[in-house]
Amino acid sequence: MIILPLVEPPPIELPELDWLLLGPMALVLGAAVVGVMVEAFAPRSSRRTIQLVLTFGSLIGAFVLVVLAAGSGGPVMASAAVIDGPALFLQGGILLVALLAALTMAERHVDPSGDAFAARASAMPGSEDERQFTARGYLQTEVWPLFLFAVGGMMLFPASNDLLTMFVALEIMSLPLYLLAGMARRRRLLSQESALKYFLLGAFSSAFFLYGAALVYGFAGTVNLGGIADAVTAQPQMSGLLLGGIAMIAVGMLFKVAAVPFHSWAPDVYQGAPTPVTGFMAAGVKVAAFGALLRLMYVAFAGSEWDWRPAFWVIAALTFFVGSIVALVQSDIKRMLAYSSIAHAGFLLLGVIAVTPEGLAATMFYLVTYGLATVGAFGVVMLVRDDTGENTAMENWRGLGRTHPWLAGAFALFLLSFAGIPLTAGFIGKFSVFAAAAAAGEGWLVLLAVLASAIAAFFYIRVVVVMFFSDPVGDGPAVAVPSWFTRTAIAFGAAATLVLGIFPQPVLEWAAQADIFIR
Amino acid sequence: MNVYIPLLTLAGLGMLFALFSVSVTSLTGPKRYNRAKVDAYECGIEPTPQAVGGGRFPVKYYLTAMMFIIFDLEIVFLYPWAVASDQLGLFGLAAIMLFLFNLTVPFVYEWRRGGLEWD
Amino acid sequence: MNLTSLQLPLSELPEEPVEALTGTLPAEAAGGYFPYMWLLVALPAFGALVLLVGGKRTNAWGHLLACLLPIGSFVLACLLLAQMMGAPVEDRLVTLEMWDWTFAGMFDVPFALRLDQLSMVFVMLISGVGSLIHIYSIGYMAEDPDRRKFFAYLNLFVAAMLLLVLANNYLLLYVGWEGVGLASYLLIGFWQYKSSAAVAAKKAFVMNRVGDVGLSVAVMLMFVTFGTVTFEQVFAAAPEAGDTALNLIGLALLLAAVGKSAQFPLQAWLLDAMEGPTPVSALIHAATMVTAGVYLIVRSNAIFDLASIAVTAVLAVGIITMVAGAVIACAKDEIKKSLAGSTMSQIGYMFVAAGLGPAGYVFAIFHLLMHGMFKADLFLSAGSVMHGMKDEKNMRFYGALRKVMLVTTIAFICGFLGISGLPPFDSFFSKDDIIKAALGTNWFAGVAAIAAAGLTAFYMTRMLSMTFFGDKRWKEEADPHESPSVMTVPMLLLSVGALFGGLFFVYVGDIVGWLDPITGYQPFVLPINDTVLEIVTLVVVLTGITLAWRQYASRPVPQQPPQQVSVFTTAARNSLYDDAFNEAVFMRPGQYLTRWLVWFDNQVVDGAVRGIASKVSGAGEQVKRLQTGFARSYALLMVGGAVLIGVVFVVARWL
Repeated sequence: MIILPLVEPPPIELPELDWLLLGPMALVLGAAVVGVMVEAFAPRSSRRTIQLVLTFGSLIGAFVLVVLAAGSGGPVMASAAVIDGPALFLQGGILLVALLAALTMAERHVDPSGDAFAARASAMPGSEDERQFTARGYLQTEVWPLFLFAVGGMMLFPASNDLLTMFVALEIMSLPLYLLAGMARRRRLLSQESALKYFLLGAFSSAFFLYGAALVYGFAGTVNLGGIADAVTAQPQMSGLLLGGIAMIAVGMLFKVAAVPFHSWAPDVYQGAPTPVTGFMAAGVKVAAFGALLRLMYVAFAGSEWDWRPAFWVIAALTFFVGSIVALVQSDIKRMLAYSSIAHAGFLLLGVIAVTPEGLAATMFYLVTYGLATVGAFGVVMLVRDDTGENTAMENWRGLGRTHPWLAGAFALFLLSFAGIPLTAGFIGKFSVFAAAAAAGEGWLVLLAVLASAIAAFFYIRVVVVMFFSDPVGDGPAVAVPSWFTRTAIAFGAAATLVLGIFPQPVLEWAAQADIFIR
Repeated sequence: MNVYIPLLTLAGLGMLFALFSVSVTSLTGPKRYNRAKVDAYECGIEPTPQAVGGGRFPVKYYLTAMMFIIFDLEIVFLYPWAVASDQLGLFGLAAIMLFLFNLTVPFVYEWRRGGLEWD
Repeated sequence: MNLTSLQLPLSELPEEPVEALTGTLPAEAAGGYFPYMWLLVALPAFGALVLLVGGKRTNAWGHLLACLLPIGSFVLACLLLAQMMGAPVEDRLVTLEMWDWTFAGMFDVPFALRLDQLSMVFVMLISGVGSLIHIYSIGYMAEDPDRRKFFAYLNLFVAAMLLLVLANNYLLLYVGWEGVGLASYLLIGFWQYKSSAAVAAKKAFVMNRVGDVGLSVAVMLMFVTFGTVTFEQVFAAAPEAGDTALNLIGLALLLAAVGKSAQFPLQAWLLDAMEGPTPVSALIHAATMVTAGVYLIVRSNAIFDLASIAVTAVLAVGIITMVAGAVIACAKDEIKKSLAGSTMSQIGYMFVAAGLGPAGYVFAIFHLLMHGMFKADLFLSAGSVMHGMKDEKNMRFYGALRKVMLVTTIAFICGFLGISGLPPFDSFFSKDDIIKAALGTNWFAGVAAIAAAGLTAFYMTRMLSMTFFGDKRWKEEADPHESPSVMTVPMLLLSVGALFGGLFFVYVGDIVGWLDPITGYQPFVLPINDTVLEIVTLVVVLTGITLAWRQYASRPVPQQPPQQVSVFTTAARNSLYDDAFNEAVFMRPGQYLTRWLVWFDNQVVDGAVRGIASKVSGAGEQVKRLQTGFARSYALLMVGGAVLIGVVFVVARWL
């Protein structure tokens, strides 16, 4: 018979709350809660307006708070989270990306029947109900609180300082996204299918993460990242618990960043989800999950880097090669961008593998440039349409450069940035990450990555060729005239891509100052 | 590894018990089937696989289930708070009130949007 | 005539090769015009901006502004040249810092311009020839409704090209490199309504991308090897780097150069690029952009000197293209395509020279300068002919044009004298130097260069006689007339360069001594007597001229190309089957790979979505099917990945 010892519990220390540091997250999540109440009480006609005010107000407010907090930092909420330089930098990036994504989500002019979301997500696709809701011009305004919850989760994700907080943040981020992915107004079956896949596989990967966290707890006796790091240094000998834990946590995280072979959901979900959500997801999740992955690997597991590095070599190489090569044969713009995002995950992994302050700074800069260009690119995808909705088949984009030079020019700019052509932000980002990895002694991996990015350049260029050097089919692709919401998003994304490509210095400096994680 | 010994023992006992009960009932119990016995649940609704609407459950069941989860979670946190409420003081009270408020929000949402009306 | 002219400057040089100077002078310290050298790039860039943003409002005066700005650059370049010539040798390398890209602990890339003897030569060529071609274009494009856009693109090109040669690091060079590429595609495809022009732009775009990938790989490799990309630091660190790294960098740079300079195996785009307006062919596809590859190799001489494999590859590429381009030029009936083949061949000469190492760099640049003048002259003359012949390009419908287009004929003859290697004109000096350096270093290259000189004389005589001599073979609607003076004056100015450029640079402006501090110079020993060699070369050239004259001027030229010809002629007419070659070597394997990947993609990765998308109407079952189908296989893939990670963990620990 085993009797558990009865111990007097230690006195509880009440956590200090630093409201300046918690402010950005509290504001966004608070606005999300208020948004739910708005859905419950406000009349249908005024909901959209209130939600827009709430969303933009909280995002801008949070961004201002992040800027105000820049330079300060420390553990918050009894060390459950750490708001430090990298966390603030990434939160700033996430908020910017979210602002642009919110602008594209608010777009109501490109689809004659409403915004990008189903009039009523609960109505069966193709049913009489659906037609009536659409005819009445209903809008599913719940997308706004969901969106804000996801943003809040993303902000907490790279700031979380223990495995449990990290898991909670992961779920706060993911669950709303699963829902949002299934809410497309057009091609609803595709959208719902993608949401279901995303949900099932996401749940599967969460389980990996949790199992891993349990194993690491078994090894270290704590879920605190700093505590784990101490345990790793104290016990240098082989430990199955630790290695198994790292491996399984890595699987969970690599799923979120869509690294090969945990990437298979990405193309389906990118294609199926409503395009503004795709842009938000592609950009925001990447920033948040890489932030969290960096914190995990740099803080908790830096002591056993030689255990996980080889696995990450393999994953990184697989990711950028599979992403680049399979993207070559895509005929659908959204799927092409999905494989492109997979390839980018591979390049970003170089920064994780570096485990140096430079690697951290470079990866963060890359994430922000990638995020801004991604939201902008999907903003353009929203506008190229036919009678049935967006027209993402590449052959229908032929001649876009001649019929709509500005739009095609912006898209080309985003693609060139993805391809890492000089004078775009993507070039500086890629160059920094490669440089950091090279400085950390990963020369061969960098060489492979350069090769992969050379391959990757071709499919971006292919779209540019299709847009600018091919004759339009018939009257050419139909392009909807957007409201200022989408215009602002695309213009801001393009401007940021260009400015960060020519004068990256201020942001580079900010990233370089924020290159240490506080434990 | 010592701390895991009770855990492993418990897991072993659980498995043994499951094996034991399944095998003993199948070996010794009488086998007289009727329709009610082969139903998935012996109460509540008939889970027809080919019902109207393509094998769907009405969404109401899920709403009820989620309502249960809301209150379930509430208990999970209220209990430890109640035990330590003396030590936690005003901070704890404020925190648990915030938590309860947040849990009430989805409940209110569900109520306002008609989720509690069965028909 | 002094047939051993080059020994004069050489004898004054020290016996040992001079180390390239690495000290650089900040522009502020240098004073004078140097702090303003950013204007060289900024003036034409400003023009492009005004014309593109200003839109139709600038139609009336846009082309004049667009001409004035490169002329402004040219004037500034002349002032800079004068100041540089007045400065002592060690003060001729001037750097103008603008702003930095620094990422603490990782890289520090100055956004800086570097003006030295080598870039000075290029700045003069680009702004000088560029200005003349701008002026010529006023006449040539007078009737084009989109003339404003054309001038905007020309200005953009000049700005990018100047940035390319003024950059002080490989990154900024890459920016200019992409910029000239962009301007080039815009200009090749300028007459997009012609599908051939659109296809040509596409081909140029794709093939250049292949080359550009080489440059980006080279930049990254340099970064990995040296931790820097500025010229000075890379060259200073090159001797410490390993052989493999240097050869890889050299080969990557060569790939870039091959793409931009239309050398084998990326040569095919240049012939098609002739679909663009003729001034474009003259400026971009003859005088400047296509020589960027030569610039890149000569600029990187510190790397190539140490990379034996890469430098041999440069030589091989040069020999192949030099001969192949000349053969193609002999068989083409379209005047511009023949000239394009000639351009490939002449740039092949430059590659041969660059591939010879320190013995040849100077001559590569010398020939490049000469080529810039005589080839621009030839193209502008050809453009003048086409302008007068209602855009007829086929030489079989020309003939006897000397009677109606006297100025053009004179200009073309000057270009002919410049290219063919007759004394005392341009190529006589520059090409003979390459032949000598080649014979002195590598006899095979030397023999090939002599043979190519004969072919050059042949195709140029063929062009000259088919166009300006012989009988009239004009189409009925043709009404040949001389071009306006706005076109002929630039032609004549270039003719002067084509005639006397060589003399000038050998006797007045000592090009070898000028470039020596940058490229280094290594004297070589000729296996045979100088004079004998020059006579041999001259005989070969004269033979080529005579053969062509007998074939194309003394006998009537049929309007339809004869069909009973040797396999060689057929091959040359088909550009030596470059398209078929590309198809077999690059496209087919690429297509097989793609097909396999598509299959893989369909079978393993995303069969699901395609099937679904095609029958979306099928309502309810879909979700169910996916639930039990593909999501499961995705999950299986994830499990496989987890196992993979686990295995690598264990293996890594074990090792």
